[in-house]
Amino acid sequence: MSEQAKLFDLTLTEEQRITREMMKKFSEVQLRAISRDADEAGEAPEGFYNKTMELGLSLIPIPEEVGGAGIPRSPVSNMLNAEDLGKGDMSLALGAVTPLAFINTVIDNGTKEQQEAFLSPFIAEEFVPATIALMEPRATFEPSELQTSAVKEGDVYVINGVKSMVLLGDSAQQILVIAEENGTAAGYVVPAGTEGLGIENEKNMGLHAVNTSKVTLDNVKVPVINKLGSEEQPFDLERLLDLSRLGVCAMSLGCAEAMLEYVTEYVNERVAFGEPISHRQSVAFMVANIAIELEAMRLMVYRAASRAEQGLDFHREAYLAQVICAEKAMEIGNNGVQLLGGHGFIREHMVELWYRNLRSVGVLEGAACI
Amino acid sequence: MINLEISPGHQNLSNMINGMAKSMIRPLSRKYDIKEHEKAVELENLAKMMEKMGGGGLGGGDKKDKKEASGAPEIKNGMQMLGVIGAMEMCWACTGLTLAIPGMGLGNAAIDAVASDEQKERFGKVFAAMAITEPGTGSDSANVCTTAEADGDEWVINGEKIFVTDGGQCTHVVVWATLDKSVGKAAIKSFVVPKDAPGLEVVRLEKKMGIRASDTAAITFTNCRIPRDNILGDATIARTAEERKKAFGGVMQTFDNTRPAVGAMANGVARAALDMTREILEKEGVSLDYGKRRWNSSALQAEFYNMEADYEAARLLILKAAWLADNKTPNSKEASMCKAKSGRVGSYITLRCVEICSSLGYGEEYLLEKFARDSKILDIFEGTQQIQQLIVARHQLGLSSRELK
Repeated sequence: MSEQAKLFDLTLTEEQRITREMMKKFSEVQLRAISRDADEAGEAPEGFYNKTMELGLSLIPIPEEVGGAGIPRSPVSNMLNAEDLGKGDMSLALGAVTPLAFINTVIDNGTKEQQEAFLSPFIAEEFVPATIALMEPRATFEPSELQTSAVKEGDVYVINGVKSMVLLGDSAQQILVIAEENGTAAGYVVPAGTEGLGIENEKNMGLHAVNTSKVTLDNVKVPVINKLGSEEQPFDLERLLDLSRLGVCAMSLGCAEAMLEYVTEYVNERVAFGEPISHRQSVAFMVANIAIELEAMRLMVYRAASRAEQGLDFHREAYLAQVICAEKAMEIGNNGVQLLGGHGFIREHMVELWYRNLRSVGVLEGAACI
Repeated sequence: MINLEISPGHQNLSNMINGMAKSMIRPLSRKYDIKEHEKAVELENLAKMMEKMGGGGLGGGDKKDKKEASGAPEIKNGMQMLGVIGAMEMCWACTGLTLAIPGMGLGNAAIDAVASDEQKERFGKVFAAMAITEPGTGSDSANVCTTAEADGDEWVINGEKIFVTDGGQCTHVVVWATLDKSVGKAAIKSFVVPKDAPGLEVVRLEKKMGIRASDTAAITFTNCRIPRDNILGDATIARTAEERKKAFGGVMQTFDNTRPAVGAMANGVARAALDMTREILEKEGVSLDYGKRRWNSSALQAEFYNMEADYEAARLLILKAAWLADNKTPNSKEASMCKAKSGRVGSYITLRCVEICSSLGYGEEYLLEKFARDSKILDIFEGTQQIQQLIVARHQLGLSSRELK
């Protein structure tokens, strides 16, 4: 790395700058414009995911041998994409990058043969849904203490357990199920339609536009080759968690930014007692604090992603980024609605939708791995 | 390219300052807190060392002139970055003593920012305190009542200043005074007043909750005379709105540089409290390894992670504000953002660490209680929390000071 690159710097590369412009435009036209309708409908409109193919998200990191672009994966660029898409709509954005999370995790943990086997389906013109199943339906769910188990029996693994909040679970062609074998976590690629695999749609407080599923695994059998992670190269669950946290956090940055812009305009226009309510400190300070905490969140996420990109240890940074984003995204969602008063509670305004979506930060794990 | 790590050059300097602060300042911290106002003679050598450092090759390799092929402006990590990093390390050791180091006064910052070359020659090496606040004028600094009147070759200054940091031990005071109260802020100018000027009297040193090693003086000026060329900046009073804005803006601009520095001080104390708390907790078998999800951790761990996240975020806001300044980008909003966040987070963290460590936190055997006393002022001076929020709000909402009071 050049000396220049080692300086503290917040300047985007030329490529990132151009990509951001494209992403922002796409986000505004293709996500924000349909955000409310998709939320009400509880799903993305027909053809939405195919439209996201023009962004090339999935193909970029897939190795050339498998037919992808083979461009080295950039956590920073992926994070910026997530931020920009999240500004349009967090749940549609999550859906759009879910296959990429699967792909990234296969690249991180799969052998050459496994990459060939599991990534070649993505070399298509159409959107290919695939997902990761990590969370389990418990309040005290802990990624390092999974209850989903994998047991080797001859040339197959037998998997049992229940997973929750599996994004695109109902349409995914492949599900990377994270399960424990003798206390060690690894990923198991389970193709759709495998016997014993049950998919049930969930309804959540927010993220309506992206379908999430409860996935039950009842003696599901997959070939031994479908296990990512071995004794020599253990499955890197911590990396998956950290990069996923950053992906979700980055989306919350975009959503919180949308909130900030919305309330800024609203409080300047809304008149009470003869002048815009923004002229009152009790209102203005709430807006100021949203701006301050959003910038704080952003720099934390950027730093962790940048450390990941540079190959530096980034577990602590990603952990703390999630801590601050979970806390402040909730606060920003809450105060955003509060600033609109009763109007904020009406579904005519976007703020109530963002309030519901922003609460997913700190809940979602193992999604949007950048 | 996005990178939020300190550059190797600055990191070396940071380590050096940390080493000095750890060995030379921290051991004196409790002693001079108790001795309140007593001159810390041990610091004189340190001041000399720091002056030398300031004179030579700061920024290390970063300052080398390397133009990119495209001709794009070169990104710099320079003096502002070093300033905030230095403040963090020094205040990690002791805020009170940091403020008491000769040459570290805010008056020096004002001189650096506004003085002419000739004045820099005369005042560049003095120890200058800053006198803005008056008994009736705090955050509304445009309202100063101290007057300066031209009389022949001299200015005659009359008024009372309070909360002058280092006012007792400094050699000079940069005083804000008005040339004509009826004109408002356009008539406010700053003047360098030597301590031995006739009519200047240090009337008392305040007894404070924290930063006791640093004196805080009340100073009166009674027909105090100084040479005409001791005025910083232009002596004429701007008459048009545009000119007025520019003139006062110049005075206020100093704050765009000093706010991140004070934010950095608060951040340094916060880290000191976190470091000490971690040490105490780990000795008692509490692991702080970012293992489990926040709400599966103990309340103690969860709160510690919250504090660390806030501390780190404040730190990055400070670095960004400094980075903007180093790269000649307006940073008024960011400077206030970082000061607001650092100030409140600093008080929160230091107070919480006292509680978390129980009797060890509250007692004087450790320094945690001192950190909590010292940090509070950092959310007050150089613009209170509320003033910072006001500034951020005006920027964010696009409102003038008349619209958003």
